[in-house]
Amino acid sequence: MPSQPQGTGHHTPVDTAGKSPTPHKQTDVLPSGAPITEKPEEPYYVTMYSPGTVYVSMDMSDIVPPEVRPKPVVPAKPPHVGAPSPSSPYPPQGLGAGTGGSSGGSTLLGYIGIDTIIEQMRKKTMKTGFDFNIMVVGHSGLGKSTLLNTLFKSQVSRRSAGWARDEKIPKTVEIKAVSHFIEEGGVKMKLTVVDTPGFGDQINNDNCWEPIGKYINEQYEKFLKEEVNITRKKRIPDTRVHCCLYFISPTGHSLRQLDIEFMKHLSHSVNIIPIIAKADTMTIEERQDFKQRVRKELEMGGIEYYPQKEFDEDMEDKSDNDKIRESMPLAVVGSDKEYQVNGKRVLGRKTAWGVVEVENPNHCEFAQLRDFLIRSHLQDLKEVTHNIHYETYRAKRLHGNGGLHPVSTNDTQESNL
Amino acid sequence: MSQADKMKQGQFTNPETPGYVGFANLPNQVHRKSVKKGFEFTLMVVGESGLGKSTLINSLFLTDLYPERIIPGAAEKIERTVQIEASTVEIEERGVKLRLTVVDTPGYGDAINSQDCFSTIISYIDDQFERYLHDESGLNRRHIVDNRVHCCFYFISPLGHGLKPLDVQFMKAIHNKVNVVPVIAKADTLTLRERERLKRRILDEIDEHGIKIYHLPDAESDEDEDFKEQTRILKASIPFAVVGSNQQIEAKGKKVRGRLYPWGVVEVENPEHNDFLKLRTMLITHMQDLQEVTQDLHYENFRSERLKRGGSRKGPEPEETDKDMILQEKEAELRRMQEMIAKMQAQMQKHGDGEGDGQHV
Repeated sequence: MPSQPQGTGHHTPVDTAGKSPTPHKQTDVLPSGAPITEKPEEPYYVTMYSPGTVYVSMDMSDIVPPEVRPKPVVPAKPPHVGAPSPSSPYPPQGLGAGTGGSSGGSTLLGYIGIDTIIEQMRKKTMKTGFDFNIMVVGHSGLGKSTLLNTLFKSQVSRRSAGWARDEKIPKTVEIKAVSHFIEEGGVKMKLTVVDTPGFGDQINNDNCWEPIGKYINEQYEKFLKEEVNITRKKRIPDTRVHCCLYFISPTGHSLRQLDIEFMKHLSHSVNIIPIIAKADTMTIEERQDFKQRVRKELEMGGIEYYPQKEFDEDMEDKSDNDKIRESMPLAVVGSDKEYQVNGKRVLGRKTAWGVVEVENPNHCEFAQLRDFLIRSHLQDLKEVTHNIHYETYRAKRLHGNGGLHPVSTNDTQESNL
Repeated sequence: MSQADKMKQGQFTNPETPGYVGFANLPNQVHRKSVKKGFEFTLMVVGESGLGKSTLINSLFLTDLYPERIIPGAAEKIERTVQIEASTVEIEERGVKLRLTVVDTPGYGDAINSQDCFSTIISYIDDQFERYLHDESGLNRRHIVDNRVHCCFYFISPLGHGLKPLDVQFMKAIHNKVNVVPVIAKADTLTLRERERLKRRILDEIDEHGIKIYHLPDAESDEDEDFKEQTRILKASIPFAVVGSNQQIEAKGKKVRGRLYPWGVVEVENPEHNDFLKLRTMLITHMQDLQEVTQDLHYENFRSERLKRGGSRKGPEPEETDKDMILQEKEAELRRMQEMIAKMQAQMQKHGDGEGDGQHV
């Protein structure tokens, strides 16, 4: 609702004696009779009010309790600058904490409209879209590509040509990144899938996690370089790996040595989500046993998988994440074929003894993975990557090449360090 | 007509038809002797851990070969190398005794670096051949125990897209020493189409790398049609895609061995579900053939190699002492040469001191 210019004669600074009031200013009075001050519309604060509410301006600070004033946490920038970019120091979720929670339940004298910032951010996100980079690691044949296609309901994996692959197993671990633009409900997402063919497939798999670790650090390095530039880009392209899905082979016994080594080396650089692949190999009891054993082994190895316990912010987070951690690693089945079951078309695998339904929670935990990964924790994954893993890398680098691959020194001298 | 019957008849009467001698009875005599002696069979199972080898063996022979088995965790597996565990069990069915030895190979393919995991297995196979050769060439050949490996089931993971590099290397290393039967484990992961594709892929790769797996002999022309048909089907189904289980599940009103999933029941003995029955049939009907091929082909190969290498020596020890002797000889020579040099040096010094005649020694 556009604000209506109002004012009384003695308050308006523009009015000089002898001049008739400028046409756009009218004298008006609230129904209650109280005079209303009016300031020339400043571009910084969006004003929205309806008759019957009090219009708060900075002048009236002595009348109105100070907490109602918009907190400085709110980005005090015009809405057309400062999209929710990764370089913004204020993560969007901090907003919710800033206005609602920390004011400790102050009583608003009326509706202000601060909560509309969510709507504004939503519009912003819809216009700019967002990036998500997911990496899949596991030895060949565990259904990584199929699972990704099932998760994002489109052919996002690099090998979209079904099963008839004549590709040989590569001799070393390769890193292949493919990007796709997906749109849903007006929201555009640039999804980058990083595949790692050759991992764990050789006879000698010593250090096969090194190329992967190097790739992850390279992405952090790229971001760091952009960040320390004197003239920064408005929106730094984010190629950092936000999430790494690690596929565990469903042997039913325990983790392999390679699994533990990989997760030990990389759980502090990237969010690792372990999942049990091709879970239709195991019966439900075998699955429970296997999960328990795997969880114990991960604990014994000191491996912190996502969602990490140390980053739980409050009790609510902790209880949500605890529930998820209880059922990890999730046992999933992927499929991009549909079959008719009980009159419905479902995604599944058809065998001689029945159809394994991918989205049936009694059959496998795919639905849980999808909800967790996409519907509730997508933004959190990006945040943990930015605020924690990236910061760790940055601190290490700025303390002087502590064990990381060295970068040419000219860059750092030009920068603003 | 047993011997006892003949004696009962009293005399050595002439049988009914003229010209009939009666040695058509021989197979029966052999049969009885063999039944009394019992059969021995050694089966080796190789494959990564978690592929269901133990479950399959238990299902095949309806026994429990590993009653007190603890599955080690990944942390405990780190320092282990491949081990060989042989378990023997005596099974009897309708008076026929079978002494079955199953050789298990835990630790195969588990390490991050699996470069050496099959040297232990190959030396085990060679050792058994060696022992048999030694026994055969000994003085008392009456009770030779045949511990040679007659058949090796190689378990292929159903999760991959064919053979892994480790599979190829291992099979190439042992295909000249033992009969290799490739088996696709945990076949209930695969749909029918995937199973066919995987089988074809594996056969192609076996051809490509020149791996010699065990081929079923063609049925003789005088066998009946059923048997010929069965052999044809068996040959066409290699490698066998199997599912093992010893749990009894209730399905369609009757109790079957199988695995119970929320979406259905996999029956172990249903030929439409998997090739378990075919594998069992093949093993049972061709047990004799497997032993023959081991004796006539692999053992003979080994024997000729050994005899070529070692002359008439029978054990690895003589070779070693030979090497030792050669070493000692070489060391003695070195010492002699060193002494000579020392002598020469001493003489040169003497000559140098005394402004000698310039005569060299």
